[in-house]
Amino acid sequence: MTKITLEVNGKKVSKDVADHTLLSVFLRDNLNLTGTHVGCDTSQCGACVVHVNGKSIKSCSTLAADIDGSKVTTIEGLAKDGKLHPMQEAFKKTHGLQCGFCTPGMVMSAVDLLQTKKNPSEQEIREWLEGNICRCTGYQNIVAAVKDASTKM
Amino acid sequence: MKTFNYHTPKDVKEASNLASTSSAFLAGGMTTIPSLKLGLATYKDIIDIKSIKKLSGIKVSGKSVTIGATTKHAEVAASKEVQKAIPALAKLAGNIGDAQVRNRGTIGGSISNNDPSACYPSACMALNAVIHTNSRKIPAEKFFTGMFETALKKGELVEAVEFQVPEKADYQKHPNPASRYAIIGVFVAKHKKEVNVAVTGAKSCVYIDKDLSKKLSSSFSSSAIEGMKVDDSEMNSDMHASSEYRANLVSLYAKKAVEAC
Repeated sequence: MTKITLEVNGKKVSKDVADHTLLSVFLRDNLNLTGTHVGCDTSQCGACVVHVNGKSIKSCSTLAADIDGSKVTTIEGLAKDGKLHPMQEAFKKTHGLQCGFCTPGMVMSAVDLLQTKKNPSEQEIREWLEGNICRCTGYQNIVAAVKDASTKM
Repeated sequence: MKTFNYHTPKDVKEASNLASTSSAFLAGGMTTIPSLKLGLATYKDIIDIKSIKKLSGIKVSGKSVTIGATTKHAEVAASKEVQKAIPALAKLAGNIGDAQVRNRGTIGGSISNNDPSACYPSACMALNAVIHTNSRKIPAEKFFTGMFETALKKGELVEAVEFQVPEKADYQKHPNPASRYAIIGVFVAKHKKEVNVAVTGAKSCVYIDKDLSKKLSSSFSSSAIEGMKVDDSEMNSDMHASSEYRANLVSLYAKKAVEAC
């Protein structure tokens, strides 16, 4: 067991975890933050994307013990005071989702893109979202959502 | 995933002392963690080397670019110094996997794993890289010994990779659309005295295509290798690409790389 201390969505969390605990499992099972989804579980689909110290990573391929001392933001941490994050608002507005399973990962990944690139082209958005797989909508509205959010963030 | 003991040594000596026949060094974990989850590998001890500060960072001198083992792909891709000294290397790093993999994956992990389809080994071969470990310096051509195999011994740890700055270079990859690994990756580097054409994805291990390198060494132009046949007898053949197709891609992508230089 390893004792880890994290700041998750602005709140300090200290827990003992088994050394082989994945960050995705820790968030879902220990903190009940089930917005982080586990899709493929082989780090290809991107449904589990969260931010660690501001950078998007795949939580299903990261050990909880490995990020001891870090700041973690999950999809639950984006909305502030009951108001959706501009990226969430854009996904809603452009209907950038169908079943919604991939959406938390898409949103977290897209937020990271706009942190590093203010006005990405459609091509750059598509390249960035290579690590996020959606099996419903065919990406058109997802790309439109990121484009829309880029004018508001 | 089976249980293991997780260690965070503070220096290379401590990391090396923890190593056993049932241990693995962990950097970004982009291959190690999925392998553990799938049961392809099991270890008693996982030795995380990311807390060892001296293993991370980029140093550029006139003749070489030295990248610390735990430097992430995203850091290499975004480095202004690497972009200036060896733009092909920054480009290669920026096209590995996806954004999240690049935010975690490291150069030391990539070359120590020596996946036959990984991108970095081709850069090491073409750029006459020297692999610095905690006990010696290994030239790239002696480092990559076979499929998922390297010259590293038990407890030996990659500390940094030193690349020779070429006159010109380019990397062209035909990625697998799902995994982004190279179905074929060709790294062409023109040095003062010779040209190296390194190929990944084609065979069980990265290699230098001697014929293409020789032709380009005597005349560095795409017309010099136009339509050159590449031997496919030892090439991989799978659901993604037949050996004949791969051989054709090697020739084609070498040409594309020369044109992009």
